[in-house]
Amino acid sequence: MAEKKSLGKEFSKGIIAENPVLRLVLGTCPTLAVSVAVTNAIGMGIAATLVLVCSNVVISALRKVIPSKVRIPAYIVVIASFVTMVQLLVKAFVPALDDALGVYLPLIVVNCIILGRAEAFAGKNPIAASFLDGLGMGIGFTFALIVMASIREILGAGTFLDGISSLTVLFGYTGGFDGFKNILSQPMGILTLAPGGFFVFGVVMALANKLAGKKGKSAAELKGCANCPMAHSCSLIDKDEACKENKKEEPAV
Amino acid sequence: MIQTKPAEEKLLTVSASPHERSSVTSVRLMLDVIISLCPALIASVIIFGLRALAVTAVTVVSCVLSEYVTRKIMKRSNTIGDLSAIVTGILLAFNLPATIPFWIAALGGAVAIVVVKQMFGGIGQNFVNPAITARIVLLVSFASFMSNWPVPRQGLMNFGVDAVTGATPLAVMAGSDGEMPTLVNMLLGVRGGCLGETCAVALLIGGLYLVARKVISPAIPLTFIGTVAVIMLIAEKGDLCALAYQLLSGGLLLGAIFMATDYATSPISFKGKIVFGIGCGIITCLIRIFGSYPEGVSFSIIIMNILVPHIEKLTTPKPFGTPRKEKKAKEAQA
Repeated sequence: MAEKKSLGKEFSKGIIAENPVLRLVLGTCPTLAVSVAVTNAIGMGIAATLVLVCSNVVISALRKVIPSKVRIPAYIVVIASFVTMVQLLVKAFVPALDDALGVYLPLIVVNCIILGRAEAFAGKNPIAASFLDGLGMGIGFTFALIVMASIREILGAGTFLDGISSLTVLFGYTGGFDGFKNILSQPMGILTLAPGGFFVFGVVMALANKLAGKKGKSAAELKGCANCPMAHSCSLIDKDEACKENKKEEPAV
Repeated sequence: MIQTKPAEEKLLTVSASPHERSSVTSVRLMLDVIISLCPALIASVIIFGLRALAVTAVTVVSCVLSEYVTRKIMKRSNTIGDLSAIVTGILLAFNLPATIPFWIAALGGAVAIVVVKQMFGGIGQNFVNPAITARIVLLVSFASFMSNWPVPRQGLMNFGVDAVTGATPLAVMAGSDGEMPTLVNMLLGVRGGCLGETCAVALLIGGLYLVARKVISPAIPLTFIGTVAVIMLIAEKGDLCALAYQLLSGGLLLGAIFMATDYATSPISFKGKIVFGIGCGIITCLIRIFGSYPEGVSFSIIIMNILVPHIEKLTTPKPFGTPRKEKKAKEAQA
């Protein structure tokens, strides 16, 4: 890292300026699949944030022990252990969410956001910064999911927070509130399908770019780019610079 | 870039291309398309009553308004004067049943213009046909309204929503209950269906006008309909009557003549047009024979729209004077 950032900034950057989904375009697969309903989005967001924070901390603590040649498998092992724990917890306490998320819960193992933050941040930074980075990115991911899911659920299904009682029960709330139903008499079904998902994703992404673009940071300037394995063939960044940076960052084995 | 030299030698001034100007403008082309759509519009009013006209008016107004507002928000030049939004509006209305609630029709117009056309850069930049895409969006979202086919009442003054609805000929062929209209009625359009797709005669008149004005080349409609004819002849085991029903039903004529020939979303070269038409025909037949939807014209056109860049790449015409391929290969061998 060329510049030192304050810890507060490591936390806050993940929410809009470097939002993993909307600005770094990581983790789009679970985003499109899960953002059909707000309840699923919240559940997925919490699960991914838990895994992200824990794996970031552990990987950051082990960063001097893990040889760089086998770092990816090592990261995967760390991430997979946390995902297994989270998955077992969800199965035990929120079985409805486990049903709704289906395969996307175990797939958090290969979620680009978690692996990407491990590779781009936790592998090079101290524990406290990695913890805050993970927390910020996780909240950013959850935030993006909730925004997209709200649009898709309200317009596409005519409900909001449907089935939320399966989550609120966890916090001891048993008031029987189970989300708003029948907001629209004729919801626009296509928004809950894949094409609608891509459309909402594009629009929300454009808005996020507009919001973050005002602060004068283009997508290419984001830190994640130079670390990307595709950096040498990516059109977003200057090739020579990327190559140089890659060489510099690759430690001698 | 040409360096301008001081006037020591006399050079003829040559302006930048184009050197030859034609009177064909996009406004004139769009006007021709609107004229060619008029017979079908009149037929739809006669068949389905004045509500057909009202639906068309709603979609046209919605398209033009969306175009105006989006261009304003995007701070681009105002393009409602090129009439393309009106064409999109009429075509979209032709793809809706006359019983459609007005707000759905208006929503369709907004989807066509804002999402499909303006978000990709406006006229000539859309990669799929706006009217077809809006129809598919509405079909997927509001399936019950979109397949609520009014039975024609042959009365001009039936403004209210027709309570009697029935299956379309294609749905009957696919196994729904209902009576098949006679072939003459199929030709005249006295059958259930979207408001613009039923009257084959009016659509053909419009198509002939477009071909005569050289607005469209007959390549795509002929190959599209021809491919459907060949495949359906085989599928119907040579039954010519069933074949005629297949060709006259659904949105085949409307799609082949007016939607598949859209300039921005169909190939430029002759070879490409043929590939495009055949592809549309094959996909239409696959959906009609094997698919769960009774009609596949709109899906086939949108799928081929997406394939157009690849078709163009494979069918680039060879510029005059370039060596033949075999020669090149032989030279390489030698």
